[in-house]
Amino acid sequence: MSDKSKSSRLVPLPTNAFVPERDVDKDPILEARHLGIDFGGLTAVDDFSLIIGRTEIAGLIGPNGAGKTTVFNLLTNVYQPTRGSIMLDGYNTAGKSTHQVNKMGIARTFQNIRLFSQMSVLDNVLVGLHNEMKENMLAAVTHLFGYQKEEKKAKARALELLDFFHMADLADHQAGSLPYGAQRRLEIVRALATNPSIVLLDEPAAGMNPSETAELMENIRRIRDTFEIAILLIEHDMNLVMGICEGICVLNYGKVIAKGSPEEIKANPQVIEAYLGRKDG
Amino acid sequence: MTEFIQTLVSGLSLGSIYALIALGYTMVYGIAKMLNFAHGDIIMVGAYSVISTVALSTNIPGIVAVVVSIVVCAVLGVTIEFLAYRPLRKAPSLSVLITAIGVSYLLQNLALLIFGSQQKSFHLDFFDAIKPIYIGDVLINGITLITLVVTILIMIALTIFINGTRMGKAMRAVSEDKEAAELMGISVNKTITVTFAIGSILAAVASVFYGGAYKYIKPTTGSMPGIKAFTAAVFGGIGSIPGAMLGGVLLGVIEQFAKAYISTLWSDAIVFLVLVIVLVVKPTGLLGKKISEKV
Repeated sequence: MSDKSKSSRLVPLPTNAFVPERDVDKDPILEARHLGIDFGGLTAVDDFSLIIGRTEIAGLIGPNGAGKTTVFNLLTNVYQPTRGSIMLDGYNTAGKSTHQVNKMGIARTFQNIRLFSQMSVLDNVLVGLHNEMKENMLAAVTHLFGYQKEEKKAKARALELLDFFHMADLADHQAGSLPYGAQRRLEIVRALATNPSIVLLDEPAAGMNPSETAELMENIRRIRDTFEIAILLIEHDMNLVMGICEGICVLNYGKVIAKGSPEEIKANPQVIEAYLGRKDG
Repeated sequence: MTEFIQTLVSGLSLGSIYALIALGYTMVYGIAKMLNFAHGDIIMVGAYSVISTVALSTNIPGIVAVVVSIVVCAVLGVTIEFLAYRPLRKAPSLSVLITAIGVSYLLQNLALLIFGSQQKSFHLDFFDAIKPIYIGDVLINGITLITLVVTILIMIALTIFINGTRMGKAMRAVSEDKEAAELMGISVNKTITVTFAIGSILAAVASVFYGGAYKYIKPTTGSMPGIKAFTAAVFGGIGSIPGAMLGGVLLGVIEQFAKAYISTLWSDAIVFLVLVIVLVVKPTGLLGKKISEKV
């Protein structure tokens, strides 16, 4: 919690949203407006609105089954929302496919690690990098000079990204053979490789011990500072959430029950009720 | 000894054909997670494309007919995927399977309508261009030699493509986790289209060798090599590319040895018996990986 310089007070926006002070003058990177999705008559998420600043670290919390991962799936167009809209970097993502939304600047990791485990660490990152480069089948087949050069550049970039997490020496290992913590880090590197403006992290600290979690928190800050991107994370570890998130959104039964800074969330009676139950209940 | 080597050579040649077809099955299964039972009939279409092109005029070189066949098959494979399978991407796998069988019958019956049920002779000029060679007393036909050499080259090229190129990496990524691949900016639809194109191109090449080896084709020509190649893909481990190569070659060799040393009549039964034994001992096939279900 030594980033006093970067962390800043949350200020209200006209739309009743909160973003860090340093991001106020810039357009938000992500804006979800009244998102809702029904699965066969069951409303999983309803009236979900959220604004995330350019370089904000935001948290999405809530009890199990609150719909947090569903929100991630909506934001990445894995599910098409039944209601509402999503503006990513000022563009509406309605009707776009998941890979197009990724190209527009959103990347994510998964609650249960979903690396391409049979592929090498380097190839996992290269797969992420490839949407950055021009795809040319003919060049790919004939191995033209330009293609080779581009591949070389991509490989250098991949190693650079891996080095960010001190993983460059693991490049040739099979992704599935890495220890758990390294797999989690690799998932983040792979997401960063797609050159996103915002990364969604789904329970990045799951299964980590306190010292690993502390390292993860440092890494998340480092990502934000180095790449100057926004991060939205789902997490149950409250030390992490309260420690690094600037804005927090609390979800319960598919609805937003509170939004605000860590201090405000900690003091919010509705949040306490959602987590611990009512005093008289 | 001569007979043994002679049988081995013809087994390798037949196995090469199975391997080329099996690659189409296994790649489509690995990436689109479906069994494309119309794949065998692509071979039949490929073979008819070749003889129809050659029949247009007397001076059309065989190689041109092969290229035409490759293009026809690639377009057909991609079209079938687009029209019949893509709308069912999220449907239960049984619906896709039934659709594939439907497409298979459609192709066979279209061929029956257009070309009739009479078998047609299949011959290309370059089959004779390469003279048979003798290694000791072992005779290797021109077409056998071409089959072996071209198959080896294709397998090397395919391995380089899958492991070394961007599209190859995208294919491996999609085969492991479609959704994660989408989220990495890979278009799953485009990847599946390319897979169908490659599978169909390999089938077109196989059709030339198959026609060359059996000399005649008819509308149901594709079904037997199709079934055998599917068997080969399962034998080697469905979804595994080296598995399809190994499975195809082994299947061809076993079939030829069964014909030569046991019984021509029983050769197919023996081939499938070996498949049953392999699957009992190793249910994932020779090189197949254990698939752990995700929760």
